Amino acid sequence: MRYLPLTDGDRQEMLSVIGASSIDDLFVDVPTEARLADKIAGLPDHASELSVERHMAALARKNLSAGEAPFFLGAGAYKHHVPASVDHLIQRGEFLTAYTPYQPEIAQGTLQVLFEFQTQVARLLGCDVANASMYDGSTACWEAIGMARRVTKRAKALLSSGLHPHYVSVARTMAKFTGDALVYETPKLEAATDIDALIAAIDKDTSCVVVQYPDILGRIADLTPLADAAHEAGALLVAVVTEPVALGAIQAPGHMGADIVVGEGQSIGVGLQFGGPYLGLFACKQKYVRQMPGRLCGETFDAAGKRGFVLTLSTREQHIRREKATSNICTNSGLCALAFSIHMTLLGEKGLRELAGLNHAMAVETADRLVQVPGVKLLNDSFFNEFTLILPKDAREVVRRLADRGVLGGVSLGRLFPDAPEIGKGLVVAVTETVTPEDVEAFAKALEEELA
Amino acid sequence: MTMLKEGRPTAPEPVKEAHMAPATATGNRALMLEEALIFEIGSVDTTGVDFPDAPKVESRLGGLARTDAIGLPGLSEQETVRHYTRLSRQNYAIDLGLFPLGSCTMKHNPRLNEKVARMPGFADIHPLQPQSTVQGALGVINELAFWLIDLTGMHGVAMTPKAGAHGELCGLLCIRAALEARGDARQVVLVPESAHGTNPATAAFCGYQVENIPATPEGRVDLAALEARLGPDVAAVMITNPNTCGLFERDMKKIADAVHAAGAFVYCDGANFNAIVGRVRPGDLGVDAMHINLHKTFSTPHGGGGPGSGPVVLSEALSPFGPLPYTARMADGTIHLIEEENVGEEMPQSFGRMSAFHGQMGMFTRALTYILSHGADGLRQVAEDAVLNANYVLRSLEDVLDAPFGASGPCMHEALFSDKGLAEGFTTLDIAKGLIDEGFHPMTMYFPLVVHGAMLVEPTETESKAALDQFILALRSLAERARAGDEALKGAPYHAPRRRLDETLAARKPVLTWSEPELAQAAE
Repeated sequence: MRYLPLTDGDRQEMLSVIGASSIDDLFVDVPTEARLADKIAGLPDHASELSVERHMAALARKNLSAGEAPFFLGAGAYKHHVPASVDHLIQRGEFLTAYTPYQPEIAQGTLQVLFEFQTQVARLLGCDVANASMYDGSTACWEAIGMARRVTKRAKALLSSGLHPHYVSVARTMAKFTGDALVYETPKLEAATDIDALIAAIDKDTSCVVVQYPDILGRIADLTPLADAAHEAGALLVAVVTEPVALGAIQAPGHMGADIVVGEGQSIGVGLQFGGPYLGLFACKQKYVRQMPGRLCGETFDAAGKRGFVLTLSTREQHIRREKATSNICTNSGLCALAFSIHMTLLGEKGLRELAGLNHAMAVETADRLVQVPGVKLLNDSFFNEFTLILPKDAREVVRRLADRGVLGGVSLGRLFPDAPEIGKGLVVAVTETVTPEDVEAFAKALEEELA
Repeated sequence: MTMLKEGRPTAPEPVKEAHMAPATATGNRALMLEEALIFEIGSVDTTGVDFPDAPKVESRLGGLARTDAIGLPGLSEQETVRHYTRLSRQNYAIDLGLFPLGSCTMKHNPRLNEKVARMPGFADIHPLQPQSTVQGALGVINELAFWLIDLTGMHGVAMTPKAGAHGELCGLLCIRAALEARGDARQVVLVPESAHGTNPATAAFCGYQVENIPATPEGRVDLAALEARLGPDVAAVMITNPNTCGLFERDMKKIADAVHAAGAFVYCDGANFNAIVGRVRPGDLGVDAMHINLHKTFSTPHGGGGPGSGPVVLSEALSPFGPLPYTARMADGTIHLIEEENVGEEMPQSFGRMSAFHGQMGMFTRALTYILSHGADGLRQVAEDAVLNANYVLRSLEDVLDAPFGASGPCMHEALFSDKGLAEGFTTLDIAKGLIDEGFHPMTMYFPLVVHGAMLVEPTETESKAALDQFILALRSLAERARAGDEALKGAPYHAPRRRLDETLAARKPVLTWSEPELAQAAE
């Protein structure tokens, strides 16, 4: 067994130091009836590296990977090119196999990365401060709602119909147990967002308004009037960004008055990975920092006067506060935060703006091409790299049939909103820098044939 | 002095103490290189990525084009590689040496796991692809699910929780949903004093009142006190087994029987499952829900603080309430995904979604790779060697370090010591920082809370006897120094990239992001 260094000789020698005659003596506290006399039956024994790799590779081959097909899926997870150096660097053992930096003297690498990450995220989202990351965008969104409850001492959250429905589901699950009231409707297939309706719905019981930007249908709207209305009523504005590359092209929510900005950072550095691990981004105004969930890294000095970094404000956290903590969270998404930070450092502001510009331009060209398919209409007046098409028939079946032709042609609204057949003809299409003109043509042709 | 003919000395002169470590102009110390922040060395006009020119189009950004300076510095690829390589060298890691953090299970992370997770068929698939195009991925989830169910002797498993604490939440939400389904509004969750902080935090988050259960002098749950407290208001008992003192809860089955008789559920914190995998099945002990930290027992990397992964195995009573999405194997062998679309017919009592997609797929591929590598026989050996290594450390050091429960019998996968017997003014922290100078990561300190100045040492099964012997040598030396009152120890670490850091200053005046020096001054 290649991962176990002890020899039988070592084991005997160690048992004699311990004063035990056999390994069973060390399990003496386990009641006899609960002790398994032998290995669990019906499961295979250990296997060579070669045979395990073969088995896993066979499973991997049963999937159609994004790089093998014209690929247009988004809706909360985006395919972007990740530079080779990102994956090389995150596999340095000193990053990959380190623990949470509880001993800062020998974890300055991780801690400095987190400090840089927090600064990058805060600037990207347009906020004062950001934490060291959360599980993913959906859980970060829920944590923001909980934080708004703590800040405002109110428990009614208005969720925009443009919020990712899985984020709504997560919030609903949690709200069942915390007693928050969530107001939400499924989106309508209109070019305008529901900002006016949200403004009208804000009242004195509202803790926060949660709005996605760009939203699930790809629409972009100015959040400033919503922020003003929320603040006037003593409520917070929570903005959710599922495609952070967009913020290289469009204004940051924090600069439009959002009090808390959360997001899914997967787009930058992390990769698709079938949905996880991903990277929850969480940023807010300075005045709310002590109500923030999750880990925070801060600057300090060592006994010799050198600058260094530590985890800080841990009196908010479960290992100190136990049942009074701001959250039960005990991890961040460290390695994904590292990947994000390295990719963002490679891009820099110049590269990020170029990347965002390229995404937008290709999305515009793709939208213009796809509306030439007979019967297809474009919903959006505005979008970044993702837009919604309205097909002449239910999009769910079209997506399945496109997949049978080897084209991964977007996410149907029927998959996202199974309870809203009235929007079932909607198809959300994402276009990133990884899409080629040939991909667009293949998609358009396949769509035309399916709809004929 | 020996010299080559061109005058270069070829053997060192004996070092005089006063000349040991003169300052350098750069602050660097040979291989130990100081590294500034990207904000200090990068520029917003530099990039390490080249893109093709974008096609010229009319912008459709709704009039919201970003015009402010974002302030994100870039570095060229070479500078980027160097920046992060230099930073990496300021970290301790399992790849460098023994990492005995009790309760955290820092075992070797096999590299085959990393290779497999990066296969395009796993790394490059989208969570919302049509099911027909991701049968292999759903197969991984299902195959891992079968192993977890078999290894724990449970009925079902919820795969989506993203970390241990998220798994605790999942388990308690299942319990609460099951109680509500029978119209039972119980209010209290009982948690032992020695529990991980996440346990009471999770219970409170789910709306429960948290009450402590005392421990016996032997470091285990006090069964009599627990039985006395059980009643119609108790929803669940959260127990860690093996517990955070590194001891097996001998009365687990009796506890579970009493809890069930009172109409409540048993949540087991499975953070320490690595001590018993293949030798004990929690399902045989009456557990209703238990999270499994794939990053502990099943070797997925900790990555400097995450990502974790915390699937939750469930009893038959709780399985119908688990979260979406859920996978099931159909009669024809295909793997079927239960989501909002079909939940009504197939899992009507599910409490809903806990995260956007399918959980930590990247961790599932790694954990399954590890499990298949070890197999049923190897996993049993994992538990045995983990327990053997911990007991070897315990018995090799109990003459110089107080082992509060050492007399009551063997430990499981971790050895617990206290600060009793150290000289006046010397603490667990001093020993921990001394270990840094000796080339080891410190043990878990000041946890569990039930032992004063706790030092919790978990060597794991992937340490050789030679590595353990060197660690024992180091810890013995430090214990002797702390008992003798060696003042030099209070200054440790001396040889790390930084000396002890001021955490009070960091919390009192939090600086959480970098600002340009002139801005920082203006703000003061």
